[in-house]
Amino acid sequence: MAQANITSDMMGQSFPHPDKWKWYHYFTFNIDHKVIGIQYLVTAFFFYLVGGVMALVMRSELATPSADLVDPNFYNAMLTNHGTIMIFFWIVPAAIGGFGNYLVPLMIGARDMAFPKLNALAFWITVPAGLMIIASLFFGGAQAGWTSYPPLSRITANTAQSMWILAITLVGTSSIMGAVNFIVTIWKMRVPSLKWDQMPLFCWAMMATSILALFSTPVLAAGLTLLLFDINFGTSFFDPAKGGDVVMYQHLFWFYSHPAVYLMILPIFGIMSEVIPVHARKPIFGYKAIAYSSLAICLVGLFVWVHHMFTSGTPPWMRMFFTVSTLIVAVPTGVKIFSWVATLWGGKLRLNSAMLFAIGLLAMFVLGGLSGVTLGTAPVDIHVHDTYYVVAHFHYVLFGGSVFGLYAGLYHWFPKMTGRMMNEPLGKLHFVLTFIGTNLTFLPMHELGLKGMPRRVAMYDPQFQYINIICTVGAFLLGISVLPFIINAIWSWRNGPKASGNPWNAKTLEWTTASPPIIENWNVLPVVTEGPYDYGHTPEPTEVSSS
Amino acid sequence: MQGAIDSHPDTTTVEFQPSEHHDFRVLGLITFLCSEFLMFAGFFALFLVFRAEAAAWPPEETEVELLLPAINTIILVSSSFVIHFGDTAVKQGDVKGLRKWYIITAAMGAIFLAGQIYEYLTLGYGLTTNLFSNCFYLLTGFHGLHVFIGLLLILGVLWRSRRDGHYGTEHHTGVEMAEIYWHFVDVVWIILFSLIYLLTLI
Repeated sequence: MAQANITSDMMGQSFPHPDKWKWYHYFTFNIDHKVIGIQYLVTAFFFYLVGGVMALVMRSELATPSADLVDPNFYNAMLTNHGTIMIFFWIVPAAIGGFGNYLVPLMIGARDMAFPKLNALAFWITVPAGLMIIASLFFGGAQAGWTSYPPLSRITANTAQSMWILAITLVGTSSIMGAVNFIVTIWKMRVPSLKWDQMPLFCWAMMATSILALFSTPVLAAGLTLLLFDINFGTSFFDPAKGGDVVMYQHLFWFYSHPAVYLMILPIFGIMSEVIPVHARKPIFGYKAIAYSSLAICLVGLFVWVHHMFTSGTPPWMRMFFTVSTLIVAVPTGVKIFSWVATLWGGKLRLNSAMLFAIGLLAMFVLGGLSGVTLGTAPVDIHVHDTYYVVAHFHYVLFGGSVFGLYAGLYHWFPKMTGRMMNEPLGKLHFVLTFIGTNLTFLPMHELGLKGMPRRVAMYDPQFQYINIICTVGAFLLGISVLPFIINAIWSWRNGPKASGNPWNAKTLEWTTASPPIIENWNVLPVVTEGPYDYGHTPEPTEVSSS
Repeated sequence: MQGAIDSHPDTTTVEFQPSEHHDFRVLGLITFLCSEFLMFAGFFALFLVFRAEAAAWPPEETEVELLLPAINTIILVSSSFVIHFGDTAVKQGDVKGLRKWYIITAAMGAIFLAGQIYEYLTLGYGLTTNLFSNCFYLLTGFHGLHVFIGLLLILGVLWRSRRDGHYGTEHHTGVEMAEIYWHFVDVVWIILFSLIYLLTLI
């Protein structure tokens, strides 16, 4: 049958009803999309902690101007693996693999993904890939940065660099499998009454994400394959001495790795579009605008990669073209921001943890977006290239954006995933610590960058030290801020108050089933009678002063 | 509330038909091939840039042999027609026809691979000779790997078709998928052949 009919004996004979799932049931080769989603989330969170520890090692080193705490080579390995792990093993798998797998079939009224076994395989190849990244540290660690530009990555060629390449290729394979699965699932498996224009915005976002992953990931694989051949088999694709071209690597790399930032943020935009209307108790403003802007970001996002290479000797016409196309991406992104703000406007806001993180994201992402616009213009970029200004920008977008969005999603769907409510005071403590920690860590970095402190090095001029100490304090606060969340998640999963099927009174399909959902999601497939955001709540007339 | 949980007469019988099952897998394969194509596109772009930047392309010591690849191309392109006859046959319920045409396709694919290996052995230069030979072996080798996978798919179809009734007028998704993949391999080869071999004539 098309939709694999999952029965409990296919999932291993000892697999009980979802109400009685134990933690170890999540460690099996399971083909239920809900189990796979949670597997992704937990694994990704584990890697988040690993990457976070690496960041703390770096920040500790940077507390003093000299390289006195760790060996500079080890610092480089930390730097490379922090970036790699956070991108490829935390945000992307959590947002796409975790939330995507868990929510898409539930939101479109399907019993599972289109290819359940492929789905499980996609998860289980990310695990050895992640372990390979960690293992590479014992072989000296890849040290060429997460971009691994040749000639650096070719000259420092070692086992660890090859392991790094293989791990990224594995993750890329998994990502393509996931993309194929999402596209077919969303295209073919919507419950018959669910039309395209009633589909929850998260599914629109996942569709755009999948198309983007499908087109960009293989190009990275091509580039990395060539690099692997250069390192291990004596070819000279990226060796200028023998006619090769190092800039070609950058093109192939950024053709994937720029869209990768949309892979990290588009699903988060989807989560925002689900969380905000539910907790603002208002229909979302501009449904179609949000849906189409996801596709627009996906399309334009494929044509902006060269803005990472303004200082790589690109000709002026190229800088011009890619400056303009980069600035154009701000338009659909702005459309989304305005839609969310308009949804909040006059709503009956429920300021619980999920909503706090969503609103926090709005603030942080706008700041990150603004510094992004400045960086997207070639003249400014050339000035601040490879300084901490860039670090500040992408951490505002990736931490203030993606990670805040992941937290918002975790608080929002935790009752659905586990059948238990989370503890609100702990959640709010988590939010406050995270918000202060993020700004304390990354806001001063703008100043550092404008003053000219270079990124990627363990030593710096003593004049930057006092700002660096603020950043380091912020980083440790950020490290501590994870603790309330971990305590909350584990405690609530075991002892939290039981959640009903629809604790937030939401309207999308995933809330029409039990919490946690049964195997195959529904006894009887639901029928869509209303749009996903029809809260029937017209904004209350606010007193507008006519002055 | 969107979607009532209580039973609704129309919804208890929502079952997927075999035809929809077919759509699933074919759509999945086509989306996957889109991504495969982008990977080759990355290689093609690289090849064209190197060609534009190089003083001589291909350099003196790495002359390309044209006759054997041209014959190989004819074999591979014709096999795309042959495999289509097999697919047409099975859609009319003619499993014997399917087996016949698919065996011929597999043979043609094998000849192509043998020809490529013979070409590698007789060229007189290796992977690491110069930038052109790097590109030459990587691109044609990568395509050869795809031909090999296509060959395995065809052999898989042949293996399954031994069982009576495994393929028929209603059930031929596997046959069709092998065919689509084979066409893909063919299209990529036409681009590759033009880039690597025909462009050297200019």
